[in-house]
Amino acid sequence: MKAADWKLRTSQGQGLLIAIAVFLLMFTLYVGNHPAGLTVPVATTAANKAVLLALVAMAQTLPVLTGGLDLSVGMVFVMTNCLASSIVSGEPWQVALGIVVVLLAGALAGFINGAIVVYGRLQPIITTLATGAVYYGIALLLRPVPGGDVQPDLADFMTYTVFEVVPTSLVLLLAVVLIIWLPFRHSVVGRGCYAVGSAEGAAYMSGVAIDRSRLAAFTLAGLLAGVAGLMLTFVTFSGEASASIGGTYTLNSIAAVVIGGTSLYGGAGGAIGSIFGAFILRTIDDLLFVFDLPPLWQPLFQGVVLLGAVSLGAARVFRIKNRLELFN
Amino acid sequence: MQAVLKRVDRPVAIAFGFIVVLLLAGSLYSSSFLSANYLLQQLQVAAFLGLIASGVMLVILLGHIDLSIPWLVTVGGMMSTAAAGWWGPEWAIPFGVFCGLVFGIINGLGVAILRVPSMIFTLGINAVAQGIMVLHTGGFAPQDHATELMHWLAVERVLLGIPNAVFIWALLGCAIVVMLQRTPLGRYIYAIGNREGATYLSGVNTKLIIITCFAISGMCSALAGVLLAGYSNKGYQAMGDPYLLPAIAAVVLGGTHILGGRGTYLGTVAGVVLISLLASILSVMQMPEAGRQIIYGCVIVGMLMVYGRGQKVLG
Amino acid sequence: MNEQQSLRPTASGTTVPGRTAEAGGTTPFWQMRGISKRYGGILALDNVDFACERNSIHAVLGENGAGKSTLIKIAAGVVTPTTGELMLEGREVKIARPQDAHAQGIVCIFQELSLMPDLSVADNICMTSPPGRFGFINHRAQRRRAEALLERVGCGDVNPLELVKNLPLSRRQMVEIAKALGRQPRLLILDEATSALTAADVEKVYAILHDLRRDGLSILYISHRMHEIKQLADTCSVFRNGRHIETFKKGTRSDNEIVRLMIGREYTQVYPAKPARPEAPAPALAVRNLSWGSRLNDVSLTVGKGEIVGLGGLDGQGQRELLLALFGVLRGVSGSIEVDGKAAKPGSPGEAKSPRIRMALIPEDRKSEGLLLPMSVRDNISMASIGRFTKGLFIDRARQDARVDEVIRRLAIKVGDPDSAVATLSGGNQQKVVIAKWLMTEARVILLNDPTRGIDVGTKQEIYQLLRELADAGTAILFYTTDYDELIGCCDRVSIMYAGGIKRELRGDDITEENIVASALNIDLAPGHPGAEHGA
Repeated sequence: MKAADWKLRTSQGQGLLIAIAVFLLMFTLYVGNHPAGLTVPVATTAANKAVLLALVAMAQTLPVLTGGLDLSVGMVFVMTNCLASSIVSGEPWQVALGIVVVLLAGALAGFINGAIVVYGRLQPIITTLATGAVYYGIALLLRPVPGGDVQPDLADFMTYTVFEVVPTSLVLLLAVVLIIWLPFRHSVVGRGCYAVGSAEGAAYMSGVAIDRSRLAAFTLAGLLAGVAGLMLTFVTFSGEASASIGGTYTLNSIAAVVIGGTSLYGGAGGAIGSIFGAFILRTIDDLLFVFDLPPLWQPLFQGVVLLGAVSLGAARVFRIKNRLELFN
Repeated sequence: MQAVLKRVDRPVAIAFGFIVVLLLAGSLYSSSFLSANYLLQQLQVAAFLGLIASGVMLVILLGHIDLSIPWLVTVGGMMSTAAAGWWGPEWAIPFGVFCGLVFGIINGLGVAILRVPSMIFTLGINAVAQGIMVLHTGGFAPQDHATELMHWLAVERVLLGIPNAVFIWALLGCAIVVMLQRTPLGRYIYAIGNREGATYLSGVNTKLIIITCFAISGMCSALAGVLLAGYSNKGYQAMGDPYLLPAIAAVVLGGTHILGGRGTYLGTVAGVVLISLLASILSVMQMPEAGRQIIYGCVIVGMLMVYGRGQKVLG
Repeated sequence: MNEQQSLRPTASGTTVPGRTAEAGGTTPFWQMRGISKRYGGILALDNVDFACERNSIHAVLGENGAGKSTLIKIAAGVVTPTTGELMLEGREVKIARPQDAHAQGIVCIFQELSLMPDLSVADNICMTSPPGRFGFINHRAQRRRAEALLERVGCGDVNPLELVKNLPLSRRQMVEIAKALGRQPRLLILDEATSALTAADVEKVYAILHDLRRDGLSILYISHRMHEIKQLADTCSVFRNGRHIETFKKGTRSDNEIVRLMIGREYTQVYPAKPARPEAPAPALAVRNLSWGSRLNDVSLTVGKGEIVGLGGLDGQGQRELLLALFGVLRGVSGSIEVDGKAAKPGSPGEAKSPRIRMALIPEDRKSEGLLLPMSVRDNISMASIGRFTKGLFIDRARQDARVDEVIRRLAIKVGDPDSAVATLSGGNQQKVVIAKWLMTEARVILLNDPTRGIDVGTKQEIYQLLRELADAGTAILFYTTDYDELIGCCDRVSIMYAGGIKRELRGDDITEENIVASALNIDLAPGHPGAEHGA
């Protein structure tokens, strides 16, 4: 029985396992070819960059699981970055309060998305396209020009290491997984998200609280984007209302989610996979660097790898024997 | 008369109504808002967005989306100027549009044959196009000046003071209206957007239709890029970045359903004019960018709440 | 959208006296009073009074479209009635959502499964009220519960961690039943719940139902299989055209009487006369050794010019796959297909309808496969034949409209404005639109997949008439139906499918209820035996 369980678990987590394997392979290549080898600073720099995208990708995962898409995660990320660069400084209690406000702002932004989708009955794509503009506007209001400040000791701590070995950002990511993702995954509401994404009609007939699950997914997405925005502030020591940062992170988060094995149609996958999807995307950049690929070729190479990664799922298409199944 | 009213569906009417309200509100601020010159200026700016939105609309009607717009616009702009440098100015426009066509076809193949969700496949193509353009600029130091013809098409006004770009948009618009309403292709596009499976079972080659639409979308984007390069006299990287979201917003505000199957070209025209006018009025009023973005987002959500609400679940 | 109205519909005239009074003083466990449900212009339930008792299995009979599914959807909270009230143990209850029904202990096993394919068996079984606290799920307890329930329905071999989408259809249906039992029902409703089950599973389900009856449950059982009902039910209610016709105890009505109640008339008059055929016509469609995976095994059949050949058998024996294979939808089909003596194995529906082959398929599910609901009647009817009206690049609207109007007239499709959306039509007229679409292509071979499901008797008759007219004009028709009467009344020959192959071919006077049922169940009746155990 136990063996059978393991077999099932492995086959169901195939996407995740592949993502982890690919990441490990790429990371080994990276470290092996890095002139300095695996030193703490090398790992810390890599981790800080990767964790930012990983958090945004986790945020994106939740709406995707319900069968929606959040095009505003990048903008919530930027908005909370701008907010954090204004209020996370001063006395310790001010810093603490500031952090809470930043996270709440992120969650509120996500809640608004969810409320419009659930109660306004608009499509998630177009809703978040519009609210993304609003959040970007708010970011600009908060920080018309790049700048701002953040409590330096805290920022240093968050971007260096714990016990001089483990990058703090990885610890933060682990904490987010343990405190937010796993409990959510194992809650009734969290399972409701999978149910809605898998078969909305069946979920409704089974008595799943569809609206509550959707709302929770979007709100948590906002919260996670807020955590990412906070982390960005620690990394850059400032806030910047940049449409291109927001846009890039949104699009990369979708790619990370797909590479991490979550279905864009909803119902299957998870945030852990998205974390590794994000790591893979980041390691591609680093690999290009250590392999001395001419910088001019890098964007093309990234593009081709991305395209190849998202096309892998197409293998399924050629196994389908009843063409009507293609349209579902 | 009633028949005409019936044909213009509610979203389109609301969008046009909103345009009138915007103009009237603007005219309270400054009487120049109602001057012919200002309006023509708006149309000229709207024409670039209009070309892009035309292609995006076809793709959305299918129930798909094209996120490769930004760099396909750039491909159009940069490859046309480069072609002029390589083979002479007469090659500029055809080659720019041809490059858009090629990328569009690849989009279509990925979506129709590989059945990768369009959202993510076109995103990949966008990245590839970006990569090629970066390599192209850095590696070959190509010509980036627009040809005289491109400039003429984008900027000059030959007839009745109407900008040439508007004529190009009008021409393309007419072609698309005729295609959507009078040809089998148009009928099949709506059918696929409603239910691809049922369309397939009616014996329609749905793959071919999907590829065609993505190809047209790629060409439209590239053509807009060619004209934009003519407008600013050069092709440059990331020149298409500001156009993706407005194009999708314009199509949806014009009443085209984001999940496909429903929508009229007239609505898209209304959406394009609406978005351009809104941007222009806010900029004339010297509204800071922040306020513009917020108003822009609120208008989209607000208008969709009025007419775009989906069905309640289910049964 | 469903405003509760206190008034009963006036259309039905007088209110029907409550049939529940005959229960002899005690309040029935579950009661529906004066229930009507209107969908647009269609009255799906017309002032229905209905009741069922504890410790009983109550069968609900009726043709498709008689209102049975609406009845159970109302009980399950999936749809709310336009008028009427629901009573549980004599008290009025409001059931607006599925959650409300669950809270009252009303559990429904739907025909179309209510399982979430991407989730595990355990997750599905414990979807509604998982073990655990503070909103978190205790996975161990959930697994134990799932295992116990699976054991109870005799599916101990299913691993609760397995994803539902990886299970075969029959197992999924058993999971569905386990899920329902896990909700501790007081009123259990089964809607065609055994249609995909194997014989062994069906026996298990019967045993469970008998246990549950003994435990005091009230069970509503909806099935088309007369022998199942005979074996299970204590009480039967017959529905017809949205009305509750009669309720009677087991054994008080003969099969013939029951059938008459269900269809409301003698069914032999429904069908047009079959032509006398001294010799077999030349085959228009010839299929040889067709196989597809494990679903189709070496199928060979012919359909002659002007002949209507029926496909019968239990659901899911490969009939649907056969039609799809002929129409070019399936990949990897082996064997040969000939139309009018020329090899014609299409690779897509587009090729199947091409002038070379000229085949047509009326698909199973008209809403998702046959029609583009938001598009106009005109666009739907011309969808498969636009090519015929195209001059150069453009559609010749005048010619198209003329042809469409002609077909609308010929089929007597009731439509005010052909430019209105096809979604606004009634089910019968929608089905006519699908047929009209393929008449426009002037097909030589027409394949039909259960075309009369869920449509009214009048339209059915028109469809039978039309099929016969088409056949008389030389079209070859292959007609799959789940309705035995149609096989008998409509078809010149009948092929019964079993487990992906043709089990038996019946012709002429051999096309009888007994033979059809026996072949469908893969039983060989002794010749001359009256087949007494099977009725309607």
